[in-house]
Amino acid sequence: MATKRMGKQTVKFEKPPSIIGTSSVVGLKEGEGPLREYFDTILTDDLYGEKSWELAESKMLREAVKTAVQKSDFNITDMNYMFSGDLLNQLMSTSFAARDLKIPFFGLYGACSTMAEALSLGAMSIDGGYADNVVAVTSSHFCSAERQYRFPLELGNQRALSAQWTVTGAGAAILSNINTGPKITHITTGKVIDLGIKDVNNMGAAMAPAAMDTIVTHFQDTGFSADSYDLIVTGDLGAIGKEILEELVLDKGYNLNNVYNDCGLLIFDNNVQDTHAGGSGCGCSATVFCGYIYKKLMEKTYNKVLLVSTGALLSTTSAQQGQSIPSIAHAITIINDTV
Amino acid sequence: MDYFRAFIIGGTICVIGQILMDTTKLTPAHILVLFVTSGAVLTALGIYEPIVKFGGAGATVPLPGFGYALAKGAIKYTKEQGILGAFTGGVHGTAGGIAGAIFFGYIMAVIFTPKSKK
Amino acid sequence: MDNKKLKNLKKQQEYTSYVNQKIPKPNYLKNCIWAFVVGGLICVLGQYINNFLEDKGLSKNEIATATPVILIFLGSFFTGLGVYDKLGKLAGAGSIVPITGYANSIVSPAMEFKREGYIFGVGAKMFILAGPVLVYGIGSSVVIGLIYYFLVL
Repeated sequence: MATKRMGKQTVKFEKPPSIIGTSSVVGLKEGEGPLREYFDTILTDDLYGEKSWELAESKMLREAVKTAVQKSDFNITDMNYMFSGDLLNQLMSTSFAARDLKIPFFGLYGACSTMAEALSLGAMSIDGGYADNVVAVTSSHFCSAERQYRFPLELGNQRALSAQWTVTGAGAAILSNINTGPKITHITTGKVIDLGIKDVNNMGAAMAPAAMDTIVTHFQDTGFSADSYDLIVTGDLGAIGKEILEELVLDKGYNLNNVYNDCGLLIFDNNVQDTHAGGSGCGCSATVFCGYIYKKLMEKTYNKVLLVSTGALLSTTSAQQGQSIPSIAHAITIINDTV
Repeated sequence: MDYFRAFIIGGTICVIGQILMDTTKLTPAHILVLFVTSGAVLTALGIYEPIVKFGGAGATVPLPGFGYALAKGAIKYTKEQGILGAFTGGVHGTAGGIAGAIFFGYIMAVIFTPKSKK
Repeated sequence: MDNKKLKNLKKQQEYTSYVNQKIPKPNYLKNCIWAFVVGGLICVLGQYINNFLEDKGLSKNEIATATPVILIFLGSFFTGLGVYDKLGKLAGAGSIVPITGYANSIVSPAMEFKREGYIFGVGAKMFILAGPVLVYGIGSSVVIGLIYYFLVL
């Protein structure tokens, strides 16, 4: 009998692991955005001195891990596991970084939900007594994502107004059973939800039902509501997805309004930076959480946060075969102990 | 005067493409295929030739113009060489465009590198 | 089983129409005006090249080959410089539909995949976007030739 389960999809930790340090590395465009003060490293060149976008992304991920470990007063060798993923085929960014970091490695694919997925599994491994310290990290890069999923950079096409801008960024968080810092108390693991959206230019609409399903299940499993939180933040639903989510959740009898925001809308100023519906990518919720939200938690501006990273699980193959976009969302409750 | 006609005809063909892109689910790739095939078919039906006579480069520069060159070549070579001409004609008519694209495409790829977007 | 499938389908259709209302509509007028002007101007350039070559004494057939080659060079060059994508953002179909756009669709993947080498990168991926144009264009020219042969000749 699994003793730490709550309701249908939630786990409540017995000894909530702490997030003892984070780090974020972002690209130029993100470094010009509203959250620029909160990132550790802003690149001056999106190639980061490497020979390809993929290698640059891998370097960002690697550096984010190194800095996060350093800030936590640990060594790389103290890390028991690395839970990590990215958007690239065969997890190129993550695998090559893991090769260099030499931490026992679990590679994950959750599309843009990977950060919450990594944090979930990392937290479970610590609370389960399988690890003392783990690193949860993801990355994405505008250029590597465009050339894999969409179009060559120099192509003269027009982006749809509903389309989102893949964030160039890597975010790493160190989880530990040391009793300091904001703690992960609950995780709600999402199911794959698909309401038949096929439009690859409107991921927000595809993912919103998954986010709704996870958030509502989280509320039902835990008894929490929007009032229990200072901030509920989705990964990358964007402008359209955010609006849809608010209405979907309201339909189920819960009101998110005052505390709800979306990382894709926080990281860019859509009006000035021409990012249409907002940011997206694994790096979106990773950098916004590891840069901005974590600092706000440490300052005690926020004391109870629900991070809901959202992912669209399509592939270029599935889209060309005319399939719709299955999506997933994972929720993590992070609470400041002193509250 | 022929500049004005080229402007009008060329602009109109592009607007048709823009309307299709904005109001339907058709992507640029679909539109290009549609335009080149339509250009070829309209030429075969004798409809495109008058547009070319009137609009000059306004009709030959846009992609239906590529279809026009393909169809004209196919018909010309079929007339001259029979059934084999059906196979060789189109490529003959657009040989410059195809080889030029390959040649210049390759050179530009060697010289230049894609830049990240701002 | 059937009932559940029907219910699911209806739910999906309802959600899709709900979502379609939420999608922001593009500024149709602005897009069309830019497409018209830029497309028109590229054609004017083509006309200028036509006239210039005619003055130089080239035959109609030679011009019909030379002008596309020159325009393809220009489209390729400005793609290499990193300028054509900026034009495309503004002009949309105005830069995609002219033959310069065809060049852009060949040069941009060629540049992009250079990192994967000259054979499997540049060579193989060069026609990843423009390939269908050749397949359907040349294909339809063969069909037209064959129809012409059997119906007219």
